[in-house]
Amino acid sequence: MTESETPLLDDLEKGPWPSFVTEIKRAGEKKVAAKDLLRQLERSYVDKIGYWKHGGIVGVRGYGGGVIGRYSNLPDEYPGVAEFHTFRVNMPSGWFYTTEKLRKLCDVWDKHGSGLTNMHGATGDIILLGAPTDQLQPCFDDLAEIGFDLGGSGSDMRTPSCCVGPGRCEYACIDTLDLLYEITMEYQDELHRPMFPYKSKIKIAGCPNDCVASVARSDISIVGTWRDKIQVDPEGVSYYAGNGINIQEEVIDLCPTNSMSWDAESKTLSINDQECNRCMHCINVMPRALSPGKERGATILVGGKAPIVKGALLSWVVVPFMKMEPPYDEMKDLIERIWDWWDENGKMRERLGELINRLGMRAFLKAVDLPAVPQMIRVPRANPYYFWDPEEVK
Amino acid sequence: MDFSDYKTDFGPPNFREMLPPVIEKNYGKWKYHERLKPGLLMHMAESGDELYTVRVGSARLVSTDWIRDISDIADEYCDGYVRFTSRHNLEFLVSDKEKVEPLIEHLKANGYAVGGTGHAISNPVHTQGWIHCHTPATDASGVVKAVMDDLFEYFADSKLPAYCRISLACCLNMCGAVHCSDVAILGIHRKPPAVNHEDVKNKCELPNVIAACPTGAIRPDPKTKSVVVNEDKCMYCGNCYTMCPGMPLADPVGDGVSIWVGGKISSARTPPKFSRLVIPYLPNNPPRWPEVTSAVRNIVETWASNARKHERMGEWIDRVGWERFFDMTGIPFTVQLIDDFTLAPDTYRSTPTFKW
Repeated sequence: MTESETPLLDDLEKGPWPSFVTEIKRAGEKKVAAKDLLRQLERSYVDKIGYWKHGGIVGVRGYGGGVIGRYSNLPDEYPGVAEFHTFRVNMPSGWFYTTEKLRKLCDVWDKHGSGLTNMHGATGDIILLGAPTDQLQPCFDDLAEIGFDLGGSGSDMRTPSCCVGPGRCEYACIDTLDLLYEITMEYQDELHRPMFPYKSKIKIAGCPNDCVASVARSDISIVGTWRDKIQVDPEGVSYYAGNGINIQEEVIDLCPTNSMSWDAESKTLSINDQECNRCMHCINVMPRALSPGKERGATILVGGKAPIVKGALLSWVVVPFMKMEPPYDEMKDLIERIWDWWDENGKMRERLGELINRLGMRAFLKAVDLPAVPQMIRVPRANPYYFWDPEEVK
Repeated sequence: MDFSDYKTDFGPPNFREMLPPVIEKNYGKWKYHERLKPGLLMHMAESGDELYTVRVGSARLVSTDWIRDISDIADEYCDGYVRFTSRHNLEFLVSDKEKVEPLIEHLKANGYAVGGTGHAISNPVHTQGWIHCHTPATDASGVVKAVMDDLFEYFADSKLPAYCRISLACCLNMCGAVHCSDVAILGIHRKPPAVNHEDVKNKCELPNVIAACPTGAIRPDPKTKSVVVNEDKCMYCGNCYTMCPGMPLADPVGDGVSIWVGGKISSARTPPKFSRLVIPYLPNNPPRWPEVTSAVRNIVETWASNARKHERMGEWIDRVGWERFFDMTGIPFTVQLIDDFTLAPDTYRSTPTFKW
């Protein structure tokens, strides 16, 4: 038996968690690129450093993004990954697939690339990992043939994403899947041709549980909510009362606004809806008994991002409630007003949240024409350095 | 060349063509769901239809062979439909109740990781690492594999007090919202960029390199037509390297892993919050990163044995206090954990009410 070239990585084939090493080896049986990827990675495991060059511009006709250039630093030793570029392929809303569609995708990728993918990348795209430069255009042509278009990269609208929404979730207050598709189709140009100061991300969650982390990582976060009363099904309440949930301890005592009470004797649950802040905890614990209200829409928050450049931000509320129904004109209009202001004022590599920090929320609200309301803030200002418009001082 | 037939901007496949019939029929008309057992959800529609979801962890980095394998399984048990989650899980959507247990048996017999639902550790969101990124300070898939092999019981079973989201990013870009995770594993550099003047001179726009630095540590050097880094001001963020290949930070001795805890995304009970630094550096020790796996296990198990039901990591820490967190986990508190970046004063204590 010949000695393995990758003893460190071989160890990661053991254990109960699925092994990416096994996956690379499977692809490596057919593709030299995958085989050399594993060999180069073993080298990284020995030397404790990565071996990829910095960027490189590659692409396909008619697109300014969607393909990321990647070249090995050690092409003589690992020729299979000398050119190992990435496709970002726009996924269907909610990551739903037919197996027929998936097999077609596999056929295209086996023909042109390494046979390795990420299902999915952090932003949500299907990531096709590793193709040489001369295969990029033919690969895109075949992807187009089976109905897959590219996602975003660079300073453009990145591929927007959403939670499973009305596809399989009773909490969905908006049609996340449809809204995502509409926004993606409306802004194909912004998605495919970098035109902004930096990346711009839109994420859509059906309720405040926020299963796509929109508040943490999107410049424009759309989060489903409601404006009226939580719907209560008394039969559902009795079901939980009789099935091992301690309603007082697990629901009432954990309500952040103390707006619920429970009468254990009469098995009656009361909610003071005026004080409820719609955090979802009670609904999460008792989905048979409680559901979001009937007057549904979304809260719009802006400015969320990861640390680069000036520190991480969580999105801020700028529209407490907006109806969210096709054709979503009010939302699209707001997106365009936000982009206009940011595009006009943002410095290179300045995300929306950082620009708002630099120029002030006041400037943002004025430019985008949104009224100041208390739902926007956690606490009011504690310093006396505020501005007056000369028009107001008369 | 004739481009008249060349198509662009046609967009992703329409999701409506990807939905199984049971979802098409009950779209937006779901009534409630139940977690029947680890890895198995049941959604009840207003129509009375039941949809069973079997969740499976994936390696995220998967081959086309794997996609074909799971497609064969979905053909047999789910009429040819399948979906993925925002955390790289795979979900088999079963409308025929009779097929649920045979599917789970088939999956387990073939080594698939069934679980990740309810009060469990779900699939860690992670990045590319040494496999495919040009700025990593650690590997991604390898660390995740090591951590999840170690903590697999908490994925396969739902025995934790609340959800626990572990994420990994291989550099300070923090791709994938790791900065709001119960436990975040983050690759860090500890050495300033090793400036390659030839590359800076030939490949980079100097004003952009200088402007990229959040602390103003980079200034032009007319002599070399390159730049000089004030190393005392460098915080190793890698922004300059993003702008310029002549400023590499990666270094086998400098690079490693940091651990952050207590973040969350959902607004349930308490608002979303950032993860906070608790371990500033652990070495890269491939292939199994033993220092990292034992640190994560210690944090998860200390939380699990002390938190109340439904209490996320960050909520538990808010209740007992950070000083108690360090006490209970035995993690040493060091000066690196005290913030001195843009929002630092928000993190200092202004009251003498604290615990010993």
